[in-house]
Amino acid sequence: MNQFVTLFVGGLFLGAIYALVALGFVTIFRATGVINFAQGSVLLLGAYVIGRLHDSIGFWPAVAAGILVAAAASVLVDVVLIRRARAADLGTLAILTLGVNILLSTELTRQIGTDVLSIGAPWGSDVVEVAGIRVPASRVIAGGVALVLVAALGVAVKFTDWGVAMRSAAEDGETASLMGIRLNRVAAGAWALAGGLAAVGGLFLTSFPAAGVTPDAGLVALAAIPAVVLGGFDSPAGAVVGGLIIGVVSVLCAGYQDELSFLGRGIGTTAPYVVMLLVLLVRPSGLFGTREVTRV
Amino acid sequence: MSRRAGVLVVVIAVVVLAALPIYLEAFWLQTGLFAMAAIIAAVGLTLLVGLAGQLSLGHAFFVAIGAYGYAFLAGTDVPGADAPSGLGLPPLLALIGAVALAGVAGALFSPISGRVRGIYLGLASLGLVFLGQHILQNAAGITGGYAGVTVEPFSLFGFSLSDADPDRLVILGVPYGQLERLWYLGLVLTAGSIWFGRNLVRSRPGRAFGTLRDSEVAAAVMGVDVVRYKAAAFTVSSMYAGLGGVLYALAFGRIVPDSFGFLLSVDFLVMIVIGGAGSVGGAAAGAVFVTALPLVLNHYSGSLPLLAAPGSGGVSAAELSRFVYGAAIVAVLLFARDGLAGLARRLRSPALKEEVT
Repeated sequence: MNQFVTLFVGGLFLGAIYALVALGFVTIFRATGVINFAQGSVLLLGAYVIGRLHDSIGFWPAVAAGILVAAAASVLVDVVLIRRARAADLGTLAILTLGVNILLSTELTRQIGTDVLSIGAPWGSDVVEVAGIRVPASRVIAGGVALVLVAALGVAVKFTDWGVAMRSAAEDGETASLMGIRLNRVAAGAWALAGGLAAVGGLFLTSFPAAGVTPDAGLVALAAIPAVVLGGFDSPAGAVVGGLIIGVVSVLCAGYQDELSFLGRGIGTTAPYVVMLLVLLVRPSGLFGTREVTRV
Repeated sequence: MSRRAGVLVVVIAVVVLAALPIYLEAFWLQTGLFAMAAIIAAVGLTLLVGLAGQLSLGHAFFVAIGAYGYAFLAGTDVPGADAPSGLGLPPLLALIGAVALAGVAGALFSPISGRVRGIYLGLASLGLVFLGQHILQNAAGITGGYAGVTVEPFSLFGFSLSDADPDRLVILGVPYGQLERLWYLGLVLTAGSIWFGRNLVRSRPGRAFGTLRDSEVAAAVMGVDVVRYKAAAFTVSSMYAGLGGVLYALAFGRIVPDSFGFLLSVDFLVMIVIGGAGSVGGAAAGAVFVTALPLVLNHYSGSLPLLAAPGSGGVSAAELSRFVYGAAIVAVLLFARDGLAGLARRLRSPALKEEVT
């Protein structure tokens, strides 16, 4: 029982990180209708900048720099590439971001080489223990940060002008632009936000218990995709719930690996995709996604 | 082009392609075989994505089923040996069986592919790739796990497409080994696939696929059974992938799970995008470009002045090919949205420059 609770809580915290990355996917999708496969390399870029700079300028300035660079890179992708091809269909834009992802992740992999950059976080490898449940401090902080960010975003989307602009652009871009909302600016804001969220996700994904910044960190953004699909691609709340589900499922499967040995080794990494496929069988638009209505 | 000139071009192409093994070294034959396998699978994907309008990131999964299916069906079972087991079927039967297996897998996916639409379908099929990787790694009794499995050479009526049996085959002073012999099997399969694909595009089901892509409602109104045709598109595309997989397996000689991961799925999508989605000829051209690029750059890395050895800080051949690959995707999508096929069409008839497709 104790093991179950420990794993469950650990899964929730990991899920909180996935939720941040997933939220980035959803934000971009709502504002510009793009599945951004470059999210993984932007995440890696943020973590890389933090890893490279924390020795010379200190940890917190490095984090700020990492978030800024990732946000700027993300906006650059939107302004230079996506904006020019806005009219293209979903698949085309997704493949365009795959191309960007290949370029950026190849360069970062080349820069990192065989090193493992430490992220230099002040909480290091501390472990928090409450009522017999042991969780790495970095994960607890990640959970807290995710909670604050998600709440702040929720409030901002609901009450600020920016949030209203964002929602109306997602609802009906053409009408929104007739009402004087600058779609390009809304889009750039969404991409910047997603880049920043990815960098924060990257920071925590490369902290303890992970070894540090390795090219593999970019692949973790792929693990957020089942979370996004599970929740429904256009639903921010769905992204958070999906992230938590995926986190819990993968940690539980990895933790009970021995009991689940009939499913084979490494079931922890595959389980999220299986859950995603099962959910899609029942609900083809995810748990919270808008169901497509076809009018003739 | 008049009909007679067209026939002439085809005849010349056949003669040149058939004579190539006499002149080419092993490296180019190997590259060509990989390219042919890619062409077959890419044609299948362009029918699914470009024609029927269903995004799939799971093509690598079906290619893997073809490759491993052939290895299992044709593999011989050595009692007591540590090698993965096999059924020991004649290679031709194994080839047909592997293609059928891939088709069945595609049909089994139809509860999802028939209902899930657009980007959800693309990402759902992405799940298949990861599921497939898991199965390949763990079903070691059949797939050999991480270590992979050796593929039984193809043979027909006692003539083996390997280095043995007949042992020394020399044509025009050139020894015909495994690669030279496989080349002809590859040519036949590729030509057949392209021919079938082009005909399918212009056939009744092909028109139905195109209507599905443009509007499912309109298709249903015209009497197209939407769910059935969507499942059919997935099945046909999977069978293409399976056939491509068999040729991959034969060209590799030994297959490992890593070759059939997410990156291969992306490769296939890129092939058809560079070629121009929906165009069979374009998919073939894209397949050749994407397959040959890393192999050729690597082959000539010694003589290209800009390239450095891996790990020395400079740009290595593998990295350069990734850069060119990524840049090609971005450039094609920004400047020539309809790919190589669209470019060719515009070159042939400049008047159609503004043609809306």
